[in-house]
Amino acid sequence: MNIEAVKSIYFFEMARTRRTLLQSVVSPVISTSLYFIVFGAAIGGRIQEIDGVSYGAFITPGLMMLTLLTQCIGNGSFGIYFPKFTGTIYEVLSSPISMLEIVLGYVGAAATKGLMIGTIILITASLFVDLSIAHPFAMIFFFVLTAVTFSLFGFIIGIWAKDFEQLNLIPMLVIPPLVFLGGSFYSIDMLPPFWRAVSHFNPVLYLISGFRWSFFEISDVNPLASAAIMLVFLALCMSVLTWIFRTGYKLRN
Amino acid sequence: MAPIVSISNLSKTYASGFEALKGVSLDIEEGEILALLGPNGAGKTTLISIICGIVNATSGKVTVGGRDVVRDFRDTRSMIGLVPQELTTDAFETVWNTVSFSRGLHGKKPDPAHIEKVLKDLSLWNKKDSTLRELSGGMKRRVLIAKALSHEPRVLFLDEPTAGVDVSLRKSMWDVVERLRASGVTIILTTHYIEEAEEIADRIAVINGGEILLVEEKDALMAKLGRKQLRVDLAHPLERIPESLSSYNLTLDEEGQCLIYDYDTSAERTGITALLAALAETGIRLRDLSTRQSSLEDIFVEIVEAGR
Repeated sequence: MNIEAVKSIYFFEMARTRRTLLQSVVSPVISTSLYFIVFGAAIGGRIQEIDGVSYGAFITPGLMMLTLLTQCIGNGSFGIYFPKFTGTIYEVLSSPISMLEIVLGYVGAAATKGLMIGTIILITASLFVDLSIAHPFAMIFFFVLTAVTFSLFGFIIGIWAKDFEQLNLIPMLVIPPLVFLGGSFYSIDMLPPFWRAVSHFNPVLYLISGFRWSFFEISDVNPLASAAIMLVFLALCMSVLTWIFRTGYKLRN
Repeated sequence: MAPIVSISNLSKTYASGFEALKGVSLDIEEGEILALLGPNGAGKTTLISIICGIVNATSGKVTVGGRDVVRDFRDTRSMIGLVPQELTTDAFETVWNTVSFSRGLHGKKPDPAHIEKVLKDLSLWNKKDSTLRELSGGMKRRVLIAKALSHEPRVLFLDEPTAGVDVSLRKSMWDVVERLRASGVTIILTTHYIEEAEEIADRIAVINGGEILLVEEKDALMAKLGRKQLRVDLAHPLERIPESLSSYNLTLDEEGQCLIYDYDTSAERTGITALLAALAETGIRLRDLSTRQSSLEDIFVEIVEAGR
């Protein structure tokens, strides 16, 4: 194991976060605060409690997931796409480092950033609403699993993308609808039966539901199903990555 | 002694169907400077990229220090430093950080003293805290060399290192190369400046169309193919070459002002003295004499043309 190389990549990536502190950390905090002001305070006050949880608190896990998903995919994809774009990737590819170590460095850094921002949002949220976490270990499990899985997913996008358009396609066009329609801001019980059934095909629903359960013990789907879906998606990402590394897809061809 | 780099039957066909290498075999000896010459698209960069692990080969085998570049990639890549052709740098990093990053990637513990020495050798020490975007092209090139030397490689690949570099910098870069060779580093360079290969390399390999056309000691190559030409400027033009000089293989230029004599520098007798005596006997008056040796460039063009 080339630990020095993993450390080098990890800290190199984390250094970029420090350099771009404003856009990496401050901007998600501001946008989340705006959600709380609009949905939590202005509108939320007129919305009745959902399953005994105030609306402001109810949307907190969904908002954390929205940011976590966007950040992890963004960081994971940019981290590997940027060296590909500038050409500095030659150095990583010609180093005595295995693909697993490359992933540990890049995905580790992307997941760390996502977790940092997610935590900051949780702290910000607690300033606006009363929060309690019923199952802290489950909460951390979902939190970390999501960060790692979606950073991996981002990494795959970063390898696949051939330009900035493709790089932003999934984080900008696919993830927001899935998150918004995945019960971030409502319980799917409020939907007509047809749309409730359709929602079950949205993988993000499972994520948010499981995460929310760890806070308030209320969920749209069984928390075990949530964990299972997450693990399946993680396994899927890992299989795709293994295939990429075996074939050298877009990296060594 | 076993070669430090051994390439056997290496082929590469890109996904587009382009056949960049067609069964290349080449051995590189430890401590030598090998110049890889070839026109654009000849396969130079593909060959280097496969040895360094950036591109997968379609077939064939490469060993570095006796280790397989695919199976034992950790061993081989630790031995190799690569300076790529393109000036690819992370614009927002400082010189110090980017060079230290390279060392870490190669699995070496931080060694500020070594990085300091490398930067000083390349006259980059006073730029160590500058970000790369602030540097000129020549300085960026030197940073790439510093990155390649950060982990103390045994084999250094320089892919077109002097493209777009001014004369004085080019000279100082060759000084660095000389020092590295003196310390036992094997150097493989590709270049368009044939006079550089002529000046610095021990051996020359010519590659074109994905095939190695020739590998030869530079001196032997120059001697074997190095023809010399004597040009005799005449005081009065001639209409044709006089009978008395027919035994010499002379040509007369179009204006009849100049006799051209091709001779072999490695031959026991060049025939120059006899020719000059014969000219005097015939009563031909000379205005000037000059000789010209075929350069590596002529040889190179000849080989590549012949291969077409």
